[in-house]
Amino acid sequence: MGKLTIPQEELMNSGHIGCLGCGGTLAMRYLLKALGKRTMITIPACCIAIMSGIYPRNFLKVPLLDVAFETTAASASGIRAALDAKGIDDVYVVGFGGDGGTADIGIQALSGTAERGDNIIYVMYDNEAYMNTGIQRSGATPFGAWTTTTPVGTTGDFKKRPKKNMVEIMVAHDIPYAATASVAYPEDFVKKVMKAKDMDGTKFFHVFSPCPTGWRYSPEMTIQIGVLAFQTTVFPMYEVENGVYRVTKKPAKRKPVADYLKLQGRFKHLDDETIKIIQKNVDRNWEMLLAKAEFTKKFAE
Amino acid sequence: MPMDVMTGNSAQAYGAKLARAEVVAAYPITPQTTVVEKLADLVASGEMKAQFIKVESEHSAMAACIAASATGARAYTATAAHGLALMHEMLIWAAGSRLPIVMGNINRAMAPPWSVWADYQDSIAERDTGWMQFYCQSSQEVLDTVIQAYKVAENHDVLIPAMVMEDAFYLSHTFEPVDVPPQKDVDDFLPPYDPPVKLDVDNPVGLCALVPPDHYMEFRFKIAKAMEDSRKVIQEVDEEWEKKFGRSHGGLVERYRMEDADAAIIAAGTMSSTARVAIDNMRDKGKKVGLARLRVFRPFPYEEIRQIAKEVDSIGVLDRSYTFGHGGAFYTETAGALYQAPERPHVKNYVIGIGGRDIPPKDIEGILEKVLTKEDGGEVEWFGLRTSGSREVN
Ligand SMILES: Cc1ncc(C[n+]2csc(CCOP(=O)(O)OP(=O)(O)O)c2C)c(N)n1
Ligand code: SF4
Ligand SMILES: [Mg+2]
Repeated sequence: MGKLTIPQEELMNSGHIGCLGCGGTLAMRYLLKALGKRTMITIPACCIAIMSGIYPRNFLKVPLLDVAFETTAASASGIRAALDAKGIDDVYVVGFGGDGGTADIGIQALSGTAERGDNIIYVMYDNEAYMNTGIQRSGATPFGAWTTTTPVGTTGDFKKRPKKNMVEIMVAHDIPYAATASVAYPEDFVKKVMKAKDMDGTKFFHVFSPCPTGWRYSPEMTIQIGVLAFQTTVFPMYEVENGVYRVTKKPAKRKPVADYLKLQGRFKHLDDETIKIIQKNVDRNWEMLLAKAEFTKKFAE
Repeated sequence: MPMDVMTGNSAQAYGAKLARAEVVAAYPITPQTTVVEKLADLVASGEMKAQFIKVESEHSAMAACIAASATGARAYTATAAHGLALMHEMLIWAAGSRLPIVMGNINRAMAPPWSVWADYQDSIAERDTGWMQFYCQSSQEVLDTVIQAYKVAENHDVLIPAMVMEDAFYLSHTFEPVDVPPQKDVDDFLPPYDPPVKLDVDNPVGLCALVPPDHYMEFRFKIAKAMEDSRKVIQEVDEEWEKKFGRSHGGLVERYRMEDADAAIIAAGTMSSTARVAIDNMRDKGKKVGLARLRVFRPFPYEEIRQIAKEVDSIGVLDRSYTFGHGGAFYTETAGALYQAPERPHVKNYVIGIGGRDIPPKDIEGILEKVLTKEDGGEVEWFGLRTSGSREVN
C-alpha cells in the first residue's frame, strides 16, 4: 500500500515569532504543503497574523493579505472575484482565521461566503480562546475551561457553555466539504486538504491547534495533547462530504477525558463531578457522530 | 453622443460600468438600492463584465473590495448612511492599504430617529478615514465623477480611495438628461488599473503587516502627502475630461457668478442648484452675490477658499450636517482655512436642510441677505427650525 507523503517544500519560513510549541503554526505549515505555491492567503487579527514579526518581514512564501478581524471570508471572496475577473483559475484562495475570528466575530462574513458558495478554502485553526489578546474566552472555548474572562475565581466561574460546533454550522450551509483535523495528525490533515482543494465551492477545515501558552501546559506536550484529544474523542477526526459524515480516524480504545484534562492548567480547578459532566458530553457527542455517519451513509454518491 | 434620461443612481451604475469596474461587492440600503439593482441588471445582461459579489453586509462589501483591489482588480461599491457607518473600520483599512476603490455614497440621514432623506452626517463622519470625497449636484456629474475618481485614485501619486456622493432622493431618484459617453472614449480616458504592487503568486508579497512606531508614522505621512498631491490630479483630470467630453465640473470648487461679488455662500450638493436660482434672483435685484460650490471636501480646497476670501467681504457657509459640539464641518474647515489667509472676511455658518428638509430658493435668498448685511449674533445658526424659526447656537 502506498503511503501518503507530505510534500517536502516549505512555504512557511522558519524564524516566526510564535510561542514555543505553538500548534497554530503547524496548521499553517501543513496546509501550505498540501496546497503548494499557487495559493493566496488572507489572515485576520490573531496569533498567526503576527507570526512574521514586524514589517518588512514575512513568514510566508505565498502572497499574504492581512485583513480586519471579522473579514477573513469576505476578503477571500474578494480575492477570488478578482482572480475570476482576471481569468486566473489555477490559484487556491485561503482564509486562515482563529476560532475567535471564525466562530465569533467573523461568522457573519463566513456564513455569507459559504451561502454564496464562493470557491475558497477556509481554515479555522482552533486554540479555543482569543490568544493574541491574552487568553479570553471565545465561542470555541470548551465547557469547564479557565480563561482570563472566565477566571474561575471563588465562585467557580469557568466557562459554563459547550464549544460552538463550527463544522455543524458549516454543514448547514450545504457546502461540498467540511472536516476536522489536528496538528497531531498531519497526514490526515494533508490528505483531507488534497482531497478537497479542487472541489468547487467553499471548503471548511476545523484544525485542532493546541496552545501551550493559553492552555497552561509545557510546550513539548503539544502533539501529546493533540493525540489525547483524539484518543478521548474530545476532538474527533471526521469529514462531511456533501452532507455525508465519515469518521476518518477512530481511536482503538477511547481513553477517559480526565487523561486529557489533567495535563492542562486551564482545567485544573475541575472537580470529579464536573469532569463526569464533561465525560458524559463527550460520550454523547461521539455516539451522535457515529450515528450521523451511519445514518448519512446511504446518501453517499 | 447618446443622451439618456436617468437618475443619479443609474448614473452611478453607468459610471461604474463605463469605468469597467471588474469587481462589485454591494449590499442594499435605501436610497442606494437602485444602484445595486441596476448593476445586477447590467451584469446579468452581459452588458457589464464584472464579478458581482452579493455580500451579506456593507462591512463585507468593503472587505471584499479591498481584497479584490489588492489582487489588482478595479473595485466598486455603493452605500448610504448606516451602510457607510458599518464600513467605518474598512474605510480606514482601504485608505491605509492605498487601494483606489471608488464608492458611491447616497447621502442620507442617520437614525435615530429613522430617516431616509438627504443629510451629510454619514459622509462627514467619515471625513478622517483617508478617502477623497466628491459631492455631486447632477446625475451628469455623478456619472462623470465616478470615472474621473478612478483616474484620480489610480494615479500613482495618489492611490487613495474615493467616495462619490449624491443627495438622497433629490439626486438619487430624480430623472435628468445625461450624456453617456461612448465606451471607447472612456477607455481612452481611463486605462486599465495598473497597481504598483498586488497579490500575485509569481511575485509573492505580504500586505498590511504589523508596523512598529519607527515606521507607522511614515505610512501615515504618505497618506497625508497623497491627499495633498491629489488636489493637482483632481484639477488636471477634470480639465482633461473637459477637453475630451466638453464639460468641466469645476475641479475642487465650482464658482458661480463670483465676478465682482460682495458676498458669497459656500455650499455642496443639490442645494447648490437651488442656490444658483436664489443668486440669479438676487442679482436681478442688483445684489452682488455668488456661490462657491464645494465639489471636493477631502482634500479640503483651502487655497480656493482663501482666494474667495480675497474677493468678498462676507461668506455664509451652508451645512447639511452638524458636528455636535461646534458648527457644521464645511464651516469649521472654511473658518480654519481662513485663519491663515491674509484677508479674513465675515463668516457665518447656516445649518440647513437637515434630514432632507426642503430648501426653497427663498430660504437661500434670506441667508444671502443676512450674509450681505453681515448680520451678526452668533457664529452658527440653525436655519428654518420649526419651533422658533432660526436659532443661534453660539
Ligand atoms: C474589531 C476587532 N475587535 C477586537 C480586536 C482585538 N483582537 C485581535 S486578535 C483577537 C483575538 C483573536 O482570537 P482568535 O481568532 O481565536 O485567534 P488567536 O489569537 O487565538 O490565534 C482580538 C479580540 C480586533 N483586532 N478587531
Ligand atoms: S499564544 Fe498559543 S496560539 Fe498564540 S502563538 Fe502562542 S502558542 Fe501559538
Ligand atoms: Mg483562538
